[in-house]
Amino acid sequence: MNFEPSASQRDIRALAERVCAPFDDSYWLKRDEDGIFPHDFHRAVADAGLLGVAMPESVGGAGLGISEAAVLMRAIAESGAGMAGASSVHMNIFGLQPVVVFGTDEQKTRFLPPLIRGEEKACFAVTEPDAGLNTTEIKTRAERKGDRYVITGQKIWISTAQVADRALILARTTPLDEVVKKTHGLSLFYAKLDRAKVEARAIRKMGRHAVDSNMLFFDGLEVPAEDRVGEEGAGFKMLLHGLNPERILIAAEAVGLGMVALKRATDYAKQRVVFGRPIGQNQGIQHPLARCWMNLEAADLMTLKAAALYDAGKECGAEANTAKFLAAEAAFTACETAIQTHGGMGYSAEFHVERYLRESFIPRIAPISPQMIMNHIAEKVLGLPKSY
Amino acid sequence: MKILVPVKRVVDANIKVRVKADGTGVETQNVKMSMNPFCEIAVEQAIRLKEAGKATEIIAVSCGVAQSQETLRTALAMGADRGILVETDVALEPLAIAKLLKAVVEKEQPGLVILGKQAIDNDCNQTGQMLAALLGWPQGTFISKLEMGDGSAEVTREIDGGLEVIKIKLPAIVTVDLRLNEPRYASLPNIMKAKKKPIETLKPDALGVDVNPRVVTLKVVEPPKRNAGVKVPDVKTLVEKLRNEAKVI
Repeated sequence: MNFEPSASQRDIRALAERVCAPFDDSYWLKRDEDGIFPHDFHRAVADAGLLGVAMPESVGGAGLGISEAAVLMRAIAESGAGMAGASSVHMNIFGLQPVVVFGTDEQKTRFLPPLIRGEEKACFAVTEPDAGLNTTEIKTRAERKGDRYVITGQKIWISTAQVADRALILARTTPLDEVVKKTHGLSLFYAKLDRAKVEARAIRKMGRHAVDSNMLFFDGLEVPAEDRVGEEGAGFKMLLHGLNPERILIAAEAVGLGMVALKRATDYAKQRVVFGRPIGQNQGIQHPLARCWMNLEAADLMTLKAAALYDAGKECGAEANTAKFLAAEAAFTACETAIQTHGGMGYSAEFHVERYLRESFIPRIAPISPQMIMNHIAEKVLGLPKSY
Repeated sequence: MKILVPVKRVVDANIKVRVKADGTGVETQNVKMSMNPFCEIAVEQAIRLKEAGKATEIIAVSCGVAQSQETLRTALAMGADRGILVETDVALEPLAIAKLLKAVVEKEQPGLVILGKQAIDNDCNQTGQMLAALLGWPQGTFISKLEMGDGSAEVTREIDGGLEVIKIKLPAIVTVDLRLNEPRYASLPNIMKAKKKPIETLKPDALGVDVNPRVVTLKVVEPPKRNAGVKVPDVKTLVEKLRNEAKVI
């Protein structure tokens, strides 16, 4: 067991800090106000070669693992970019793992380099209004018509669909009543978003205003068969491959968000003088902050453990879920404590922590609720009967 | 033409330096260390010359503890081709470094050596000049512009009150100032490639250089604490305070 960051992790942390430095607090405050996608930030991350952190070297990536990607995502969030900064690149960093693992060589060379270079942006279109975690129930259909598929249906909570060039879409190719198992008959497509056939309707939401979340409506989107990833009908299995890395990265982002909130609170507690002494001298202020640090640090350890297991090719479902759970709760508490530490100032947008709090609900809710994680741990780790 | 770029490992520019409790030096344990910013400018200049076809190979060299390898890796990631580490645990003084660099120059035969004008840790501003003297090579110091000619270089020096343009014959030593360029940072793919670039490790003994210190440090102390400033309501009060309290006008 080695708790020292590797040389690559140190390099990535240092590089990420450097890349993020020009995008300061006022930048992210402004993006939250005007809701404009942080294209220049995405470009800077791409130019530094960071989007390819976990992509194979053969397509221009760095060939590193989720452990390194986690360090990157934490550093981005912790720079003050928060979930807005993290989400603006998140999908491009890990979302195409199904292509990396199951795509043909031709697909890899066609799909991955433009993504790594930041010339194309990808979004991930899986969840639907009537099917959240019960993914096998999705209604979106892809019907084969000669050398192409025609996709019809709707998706919800699709991040970055306003700015994405392509989407990784899960759609049913064989109707539910014609398959032996519910998990069969779903296929994955990495399709160009032809705006004449796809409407992305932005959802008004609580936070992370710079990065859009959408309803997607597919009205006969034509996708050439060569853009189908892996075998027809095997989409669900391929999707499962990306679940644990996604949870690990979200956990890392939550740790970063919590850490920047904690830092702001701590700095304020040192500077703010009331009754002739800094408020941070009071245990009533100190203890909640100390507790936040402990929770975040523990969540970080679990995140890195899950990442190390994943990179070693080992089972990491329990650890990845636990990391997501602990990190999200720790981040939320840290953001809340940061506001309380700031007192009235914490309620002001210019002190940034209220923005962090609004963003902290993302890792709490997505990509899986804390309740479902507890169900999973109860059933799979503790061996209790399935409750749902 | 080969270019040799010496680089130094120093306490990161963003770290607040703390004096050791016993006053023998500054704390470097568990402190973030980085490449001296002036050395970054030197590396950048070498890379630009190579990109412009004016140089064929860039060799980064660092003298000091084993961890200076990390500083060399940074130079390699930025674009240097290979590294040389002259490894020693002795706290090196500028003359010792100049002598080590002279030995490396004689071994590698570069056409140009580009150094930072000084390191931000001890601000000596001596190594480049000493190296030029030891080699008997021309030197251009504090440069803010470099034009390579045929067998010579035209350099613009930042001097008191203006700029001085001089022409120096190659091979030569130049030391770079802040305004020469804006150094790039290494991209992730280049950081990965740099891990595979060679670093040769040499020892001062093998180069026949005595690196033992000649200067004894008596003590290192923190600068005196500065008192907080005061705000004055208007210019009149300011002038009055400057005249009567500070007594500077």
